[in-house]
Amino acid sequence: MSAATSTVTSPAAGRSARRREQSLLAGALGVVLLAGILLLGANPVDPWPVALAPLLVLCALAAGVHGALRVLTPRADAVIVPLAMFLNGLGLVLIRRVDLAEGTSYAGSQLVWTVLGWSALVVTLAIVRDHRGLTGLSYTFGLLTLVLLLLPLLPVIGQEVNGARLWIDLGPIRIQPGELAKLTLVVFLAGYLEKTRSLLTVAQHRIGPLMVPAPRHLAPLLSAVGLSLVVLVSQKDLGSSLLLFGIVVVMLYVATARIAYPLVGLVAFAIGAALAFRMFGHLRTRVAIWLDPFSDALDSGYQVVQVLFAISNGGVFGTGLGRGQPDGIPFAHTDAIFAVAGEELGLLGATAILLAYGLLIARGMAIAVRARDEVGTLLAVGFTTILALQVFVIVGGLTRIIPLTGITLPLISYGGSALIANHILLALLLRISDDAAAEVPA
Amino acid sequence: MTRAVRQVTWVLFGLIGLLILNLQSITLLQADELADQPTNTRRLVEEYSVQRGPIVVGQDAVARSVRTGDDEDPLAFQRIYPGGTRAAHVIGWDSIDVGRSGIEAARTDDLSATDDSVLAGELAALLGQGTSTGATVRLTLDPEVQAAAERALGERIGAVVALDPRTGEVLAHASYPTFDPTPLADHDRGAALAAWDALRTDPGRPLLDRATRELYPPGSTFKLIVTAAALEAGLTPDTAFPDDETYQPPVGQPIRNYNRGVCASGGSINLARALEVSCNTTFARLGVELGQEQIRAQAQAFGFDRTIPYDLPVADSVFPKEVDDAQLAQSSIGQFDVRSTVMQMAVVAAAIANDGVLQTPHVVRDVRDATGRLVAGPRAGPWSQGRFGSEALSTRTATLLQEMMVGVVDRGTGSRAAIPGVRVGGKTGTAENPADESATAWFIGFADQSVAVAVVLPDAGGEGGGRLAAPIARAVMEAALSGR
Repeated sequence: MSAATSTVTSPAAGRSARRREQSLLAGALGVVLLAGILLLGANPVDPWPVALAPLLVLCALAAGVHGALRVLTPRADAVIVPLAMFLNGLGLVLIRRVDLAEGTSYAGSQLVWTVLGWSALVVTLAIVRDHRGLTGLSYTFGLLTLVLLLLPLLPVIGQEVNGARLWIDLGPIRIQPGELAKLTLVVFLAGYLEKTRSLLTVAQHRIGPLMVPAPRHLAPLLSAVGLSLVVLVSQKDLGSSLLLFGIVVVMLYVATARIAYPLVGLVAFAIGAALAFRMFGHLRTRVAIWLDPFSDALDSGYQVVQVLFAISNGGVFGTGLGRGQPDGIPFAHTDAIFAVAGEELGLLGATAILLAYGLLIARGMAIAVRARDEVGTLLAVGFTTILALQVFVIVGGLTRIIPLTGITLPLISYGGSALIANHILLALLLRISDDAAAEVPA
Repeated sequence: MTRAVRQVTWVLFGLIGLLILNLQSITLLQADELADQPTNTRRLVEEYSVQRGPIVVGQDAVARSVRTGDDEDPLAFQRIYPGGTRAAHVIGWDSIDVGRSGIEAARTDDLSATDDSVLAGELAALLGQGTSTGATVRLTLDPEVQAAAERALGERIGAVVALDPRTGEVLAHASYPTFDPTPLADHDRGAALAAWDALRTDPGRPLLDRATRELYPPGSTFKLIVTAAALEAGLTPDTAFPDDETYQPPVGQPIRNYNRGVCASGGSINLARALEVSCNTTFARLGVELGQEQIRAQAQAFGFDRTIPYDLPVADSVFPKEVDDAQLAQSSIGQFDVRSTVMQMAVVAAAIANDGVLQTPHVVRDVRDATGRLVAGPRAGPWSQGRFGSEALSTRTATLLQEMMVGVVDRGTGSRAAIPGVRVGGKTGTAENPADESATAWFIGFADQSVAVAVVLPDAGGEGGGRLAAPIARAVMEAALSGR
């Protein structure tokens, strides 16, 4: 499994993948268009040309991205872009829906971020012609990860919003560097693990029934745990902390196939979390809300309770777009947007969204399996895990599987940093899949 | 590496699967429990996003919904009752915290436009054609008659029902003490609940509709039913009875007259005169001689032991089952366990005035959607039910009984109900309340075939029927006549 040195483009394979993508894209846009028309029907405040213009922008964007892919990654996976377009477009409709209820105007800027996001995808594909090139810079990316994570802690530019210190203020725009840190962490780990995986695999020490590697080889794992706990404590960001930890554990396990890593990591994280729980009041509040949101339904438990009311009110078929009550749900544009989908699209619509993520996970993991080199596999696993864990942390938080923590729903929630980071992530997945489909000359 | 990737894939699929399962649990298993949470206002907001239709009496909306226009209030519409206490027991209330009552409850589907028949309007609203507004419920209440009834009742505990005998339309339906439904509809839950608690714990029981929900001993007004049974059995107004100071039934205590003397000059008294002076000994004797089956059958023909199909729930009036002769003698003068609602006695008066035919009493004239299209007509027409035809008594009997009741007003205990130049018939009643010295005073009667009325004053003194109840009935009948 050494890196391929030369590849030959098969015009036939490329044409077939892009043709499939074309019809899938048409289907995805069709669904988004239908959702837009239904919303317009329920809330005829905008004249229809104004209301449907963003959807035309989306169609033009899809055509442009599709054209770029024909040139840049002709053999890349055919399902990823249509799925992303579906989620992204549905997100726009849902954000517009919340705008209508709350008198805000986030949908317009989300449309701008959408254009920038898909542009970032194309630019990333244009720059990164071979994902193996990233590994040469893996320590740079490691350092970058630390910098990005710690930026919000800086005075002046660092900003605390809604109780979590995740933002930096750059004059006209405010960005969340943590969103990009997830990507740089994956790139760093892929490069690092590719080089050290043989060392990490060898177990030399026995602790009880477990064979564990030498302590120095546990260092990256333990530092990752430490890092996520630092994030948890310093930025009060439980969601990102879980996410970072999950990425490290999953990638370590894939690289070494040793169950000891996830187990040791889990124990270490549990101890750390327990200590943090004892030390920090806001964490205890979170857990108390999780266990019983109804005892303080009008104050601390308000968001979770409103989310549950919304989703249960939707029932199986939903109230229909524009006919629910998203106005009462805090953070309906961002963290709680899944509750809006649950109420207005019902169990069926919400399940469809989750299945779309499931399909995205399946494609990402298939790319990981097909990748022609270990770096490609590790990158694809890492990126896919980011998406999957984000979905689990936010939807699980909203529906009380785990304590609720603010984190965006990939591609759907309002938020520029997240949208751009996710598009770059998709670009790299496309790049690896294109590489995997290339034929090695006999 | 592939194996590990596959394992991770299954774990991630497992997480998504867990989310889907949990979502099913919330929408399918926990939905009802969540909907019932006290802080869940979603159903309310949905309900109050529709402009509930008005309830109309005459030309005026006595209940209607207006926009709150308050950004702090999540509910778009506020229910108001411009008439205050006017006809409150009929109109009822539509409250967030204490539910609904009256027509607000009985016709809530029409008013809130969720009824299928208003679906066309909903569809129009869906397509952006105007707003969704509930149907209008128009009542048969005559504003003048209702006002007269409430005015005449004043601050005396009691109830009045006035019917149009020919149609069964309820012209007045009043009960005192009463209440103002407006505070109950307050969106401020604390205020609404405080108002509710005050009404609920008020010893005067203002929320009780004494016209339909409370049973009273009908006293001497029940003699009309005994008389009807006697006439149907072939007796005539001239049939003579011994005029004794007491009547000794085959078993039990003797029955005395009200004044503890004879009813006429002693010797004998005919049926018509016995009714005019409300002679207890005559009717006790008559009841025992006719037998309980005859009396019970006549009472049931008028609606006793049955449920009156009114637009609002009415308690069933009762004639006791299996009585001995002592009890039958008591029952024949409306004592013992005979119990009646005011609505039931109004139906009795109306059936007699309408030549024996029972008309279904109803207070809803019609239901029309926001465009004026008829959604539902009145629940009216002759009231027949199973083995009971709509003919409570024969035309001949009814005509005789009318004449006898006119005699009661012209020459007997009901003189205070008389209206010059109008053919007014009636019957007074004064039932002793077993618990104390007070008595339940009644008057039931009619004026021509235009109006039948029943009045009850449960806390009146002796002679209350003729002295207190009859003038109330007269005021109500006058109002009804002047409007026709």
